Amino acid sequence: MSDGGLPTGGPSARKLVEVRNLKMHFPIYAGLFRTRVGEVKAVDGVSFDIYEGETLGLVGESGCGKSTCGRAVLRLYEPTSGSIRIDGREIATAGFETLRKMRPTMQMVFQDPQASLNPRMTVAAIIGEPLDEHTSLSKAEKLARIYELMDAVGLNRNFANRYPHAFSGGQRQRIGIARALALNPRFIVCDEPIAALDVSIQAQVVNLLEELQEKLGLTYLFISHDLSMVRHIADRVAVMYLGKIVELAPRDALYARPLHPYTQALLSAVPEPDPNIEERRRRIILRGDVPSPANPPKGCNFCTRCPKVMPVCRDVEPAFAEVEPGRFTACHLYDATIMKTAGETAAPEAQSTSDKVQQGA
Amino acid sequence: MLTFTLRRLLTAIPTLLVISFVIFGLLELAPGDPLADQPLTVPPEVREKMRVALGLDQPFYIRYVLWLKQFFWIEPLYTIDSLFGTSFAEGEQRIVSWQFRAPVFDVIWQRLPQTMWVVGMAYLVGVLIALPIGIVSAYRQYSWFDQVGTFVSMIGFSVPTFFTGVLMIVIFAVNLGWFPSIYDTTLRVTDWESFKRQVAQMVMPVAVLALFNASQISRFMRASMLDNLNQDYVRTARAKGMTEPVVVLTHVLRNSMIPVVTVIALGVPTIFGGAIITEQVFKVNGLGQLLITAIYANDLPMVQTLTFIFAVLIVLFNLIADILYGLLDPRIRYD
Repeated sequence: MSDGGLPTGGPSARKLVEVRNLKMHFPIYAGLFRTRVGEVKAVDGVSFDIYEGETLGLVGESGCGKSTCGRAVLRLYEPTSGSIRIDGREIATAGFETLRKMRPTMQMVFQDPQASLNPRMTVAAIIGEPLDEHTSLSKAEKLARIYELMDAVGLNRNFANRYPHAFSGGQRQRIGIARALALNPRFIVCDEPIAALDVSIQAQVVNLLEELQEKLGLTYLFISHDLSMVRHIADRVAVMYLGKIVELAPRDALYARPLHPYTQALLSAVPEPDPNIEERRRRIILRGDVPSPANPPKGCNFCTRCPKVMPVCRDVEPAFAEVEPGRFTACHLYDATIMKTAGETAAPEAQSTSDKVQQGA
Repeated sequence: MLTFTLRRLLTAIPTLLVISFVIFGLLELAPGDPLADQPLTVPPEVREKMRVALGLDQPFYIRYVLWLKQFFWIEPLYTIDSLFGTSFAEGEQRIVSWQFRAPVFDVIWQRLPQTMWVVGMAYLVGVLIALPIGIVSAYRQYSWFDQVGTFVSMIGFSVPTFFTGVLMIVIFAVNLGWFPSIYDTTLRVTDWESFKRQVAQMVMPVAVLALFNASQISRFMRASMLDNLNQDYVRTARAKGMTEPVVVLTHVLRNSMIPVVTVIALGVPTIFGGAIITEQVFKVNGLGQLLITAIYANDLPMVQTLTFIFAVLIVLFNLIADILYGLLDPRIRYD
């Protein structure tokens, strides 16, 4: 597998996270004796790098495996196979104690700020618990650290002894962020941290995340289905479809000129605020449903819905390759050898399917 | 919390009055004659005098009010008298059992220890084995331990105690001869030897009842643990790098205990109610057995008083469960 793309902070930037061919399959048990009849391939061989200090956006539709990928990267799930190196240390196969000792480096901000906080613990206990476990601070030092963290995320210190249910959604997400920051992590997986919040609060939380990144030099994996928010916060963006990354590129390049047909369709769905442009905008409407991850199609995962499908797509799985400097995609359209040999035969079908592309109203 | 408790106690008074009236009314409507057991040779006029002596010549509502007065006024005074040596209730008529010709409360006090020992112990044992079973079953869902636990609790649920009890008597008392089949109430624990005999005669009834209780509570525990194990905050705790015992016992268990504690608290009144069937099978003369014989003998004061005490306990433990809920769950605050 090739390198994970050009760093945004110049070629000297260090890779903090290296994920190689990560697979997360969930077994399906059925029948009288609960025998294993198959598996849901939630994440099926993804590879990417995250450079120190950058934000990698991970986008895709519901159920494409974004969150599973984020959790597997922190080994909150046991990955089926693949390698995850954070700061040079392999965590996919690390033993439980080793992993636990590495937890302070990598943290997670969860999607649901209500469910991710233990309802029976006060804010101070939630933020302070990792300090008990991983540091030997005195009681006073710990309290000072808790207050410091609450200040950092903009929470009133007087609320330290309240329970999570007494806070609003945005405040709860701040508690979740303070909690994640408690042990000075270097890498934070933000699993749709703003999806459950009001739009006005979303901006606050995203700005807070950016501020903290600047101040503390954090590295983010920002999982979201909100394309405009990812455009705002991410340096590079990875697009997932049915358990695989179909495209990975620097943000501006990706938004300006998406390569993979799925990315094109996805970006065409972002509404345009200017009504004049919105009126003339072409939307690519995908037909059909996402195939089941328990039974993905042969060949390219996207071949059942791709407007530019070619016969080869139904047979051969496209490799995830660097097609332009820093731009990776998994699509036969950018594979010179396939396009040359299959060019003539593929043309008619490509033509007919492109008619199916819907025009925007 | 205090205001809440007081308010609930106040609302309990009309509730209990209605319950006592309903019980009294039902017993009044029920067929049966307390004098039915008397020999037919007793002449009718003597029979009538006996009826008057039992107070049965009075109309229904007068007997009800009289019972209320006896239960709520005279009996507490008697208790105070016997505790402090005063004589507030001297000469007052207590609630007298028709079959024993003795005050109902004296009989209840005689029977209470057996029930507390056997049924109470069974409840305690049941809870103590149910909680770990439920926790492990949930943590290792679908493992062989969970499968066996599910199977055993299904048996405990579905096989009635009159079957398991008799089965145990056949196996352990008749064939193996390990334990006595009849509970000896007169046994006094004075030394090591009598203590061993007491334990031996308690083993079977306690085991039968504990199986029943444990299968119920372990299911609750397992379900509640499973509800919580997949919650996000558990993932948060793991992401914090907590050790697995901390994750399971501090985070998951403390949250899972909220509904389970309520179920356990609501089950406590059933201890005092005795286990009518199990007590019959093992001949434990506890409260359950007392109630059933009182019903057979048409001993209305005894039935009325026992049933009403159960009602009081149920109302009381409902209140206790609500208060526990408020203490355990910070999201619930009364007042």
